[in-house]
Amino acid sequence: MINDTLTPRLAVVTQIRTETPDVKTFRVESADGTPLFDHMPGQCAMLTLPGAGEAMFSITSSPTVGGYKEFSIKRCGRLTDALHAMEPGQQIGIRGPYGKPFPVDTEFRGKNLLFIAGGIGLAPLHSVIEYVRAHREAYGHIDILYGSRSAADLVDLDRIQNEWMQERDTGVYLTIDRPQDGWDGHVGFVPAYLKELAFKPDCTAIICGPPIMIKFVLAALIEMGFDKTQVYTTLELKMKCGVGKCGRCNIGSKFVCKDGPVFRCDEIDELPNEY
Amino acid sequence: MAMKKIALTQLEQLFAALSLTRKVYLPVEKAGQYDYAPWQPGLTYHPEVLHTVKSAKSVFFPQSEDLIRYKRAGLSLEISQQAPEDEEFVVFGVHACDVAGFEVLDRVFLSEPVDSYYKARREHGTVFSVMCAKPEETCFCGTFGIDAEAPGGDVQSWLADGVLYMEALTEKGEALLAAVSGIVSEVDDAGTQAAAETRAAHKAIMERLPLADLTTDGFGADAELLPLFNRPEWKELASSCLGCGTCTYVCPTCQCYDIREYNTGKEIRRFRVWDSCMYSDFTMMAAGTPRPDQMQRFRQRFMHKLKYYPDNYGGAFSCVGCGRCLQKCPISMNIVKVMRKLGGANHNDK
Repeated sequence: MINDTLTPRLAVVTQIRTETPDVKTFRVESADGTPLFDHMPGQCAMLTLPGAGEAMFSITSSPTVGGYKEFSIKRCGRLTDALHAMEPGQQIGIRGPYGKPFPVDTEFRGKNLLFIAGGIGLAPLHSVIEYVRAHREAYGHIDILYGSRSAADLVDLDRIQNEWMQERDTGVYLTIDRPQDGWDGHVGFVPAYLKELAFKPDCTAIICGPPIMIKFVLAALIEMGFDKTQVYTTLELKMKCGVGKCGRCNIGSKFVCKDGPVFRCDEIDELPNEY
Repeated sequence: MAMKKIALTQLEQLFAALSLTRKVYLPVEKAGQYDYAPWQPGLTYHPEVLHTVKSAKSVFFPQSEDLIRYKRAGLSLEISQQAPEDEEFVVFGVHACDVAGFEVLDRVFLSEPVDSYYKARREHGTVFSVMCAKPEETCFCGTFGIDAEAPGGDVQSWLADGVLYMEALTEKGEALLAAVSGIVSEVDDAGTQAAAETRAAHKAIMERLPLADLTTDGFGADAELLPLFNRPEWKELASSCLGCGTCTYVCPTCQCYDIREYNTGKEIRRFRVWDSCMYSDFTMMAAGTPRPDQMQRFRQRFMHKLKYYPDNYGGAFSCVGCGRCLQKCPISMNIVKVMRKLGGANHNDK
């Protein structure tokens, strides 16, 4: 009988897509055909590949797509190396969902939304963007600003170009860090491009990316007249249990695994600067 | 239930009788130091020993335990969960501080989502506490509101003139004493008086201990988090810390754990093992760690006990004043020094 919260469920990787040189997207479904679990955008799950370990990943897919969960994962360590070496059909363990989602059905509803992502930081926002697209009438104007090191590092570029850019009342702005052949789009870092685009502070901003990007984007938004209560981001720390007991993902009295990973930026100000 | 008694010289018979139906853990000497271990014939209780090296928490939350077994073959995977504890046991000789330590762990592991391994041990385990015979100058359980004269648990007991007086506090405790009714005897008025006197004498000792004046002023749920976190004194307090983690391993309330795997050749076992926030890899990720300095790790441990835990669990502290860290820290740094420096009369200094 498998019932402890730390015991994963058996699942199978049914599809693997190569997004960039170091990012792959894994589609995960239950091994017995029953739904895995319900999640909301921004929530995470623990993936287990026995022998390599277990770690928390944000769920990239929207809950609106059906029975599977997708995870866009950057190769950056022992476990992610092993995940990237998997073939379709590989059985793995999964447990979740964990954490507090973005307030897509409450605070975000009826608002204009500005998504700002850097690199693999698009993964958690992808779920929100797809959720918003599936309930398009419930939200105002959407802007998506996404930057990466190079054109080859833009995750899910096909969908961005073929779907998000065609979505009604939606602006998509891409940028890469340095010029390269064949790229006629914007070149430069995300915070600088953000200021250039001069979005009005009449929207809710949702940021995810490397910590340094988040820091400068937040500063730029404040400069542009945004209040911190209008800005959401997700934090990431090392996790083992996922349920606020193993004791390592705390920032002050908050556990990122259960009180986060989604935080409003004014809430972060009340936390010690240890993340 | 009325108080019962047994002569100390007959304790072995009590352990023998209890061990017919359950495992009996008690402080056992090994290589010159005491730790909780299963009773076997020839072993008895040594009331003069104040502390086991590791606290009694290891009985409910073992230092290491298997959780899950995996078998991989090609693309397929089998997952099986380790069965939680299903046999009765009693842990004998627990002092008030360690009993209070169980309550600290209960709030963590028995809150949703419940930790089923810990819960099973709590359900199958009976706590038989004994009032400490010889409190030492490192004791400060009173700071955290712990009544050392009423050590608690399922059965609590007091020692006076070579006799152990005991009373059941819970149904589990009553069942335990009922199981040994042929060995323990009734207590007359003189015995009741003797038990009361030993409690009073103990109280008088506790009040004279050097740390009896230590308070929690400046800490807890009502304290302001960021001013405490940002106090400059943390640097000086932590400056000698070796990061050895000894304080976390001897602590009855430290709850942090790691989950790791080992490959037996036939299967992959996932196990849980105590971990320490004092270690640099505790929070290490591929992208780095939010606590690269030992000062930050040191501060985390004490902020957790004195501020973060109280914030999350209704104001309760995550220290029970057992004093083990005072005895074991190789550089003589400890929570008392932290509390004296940052709290009490100093807590308004910025």
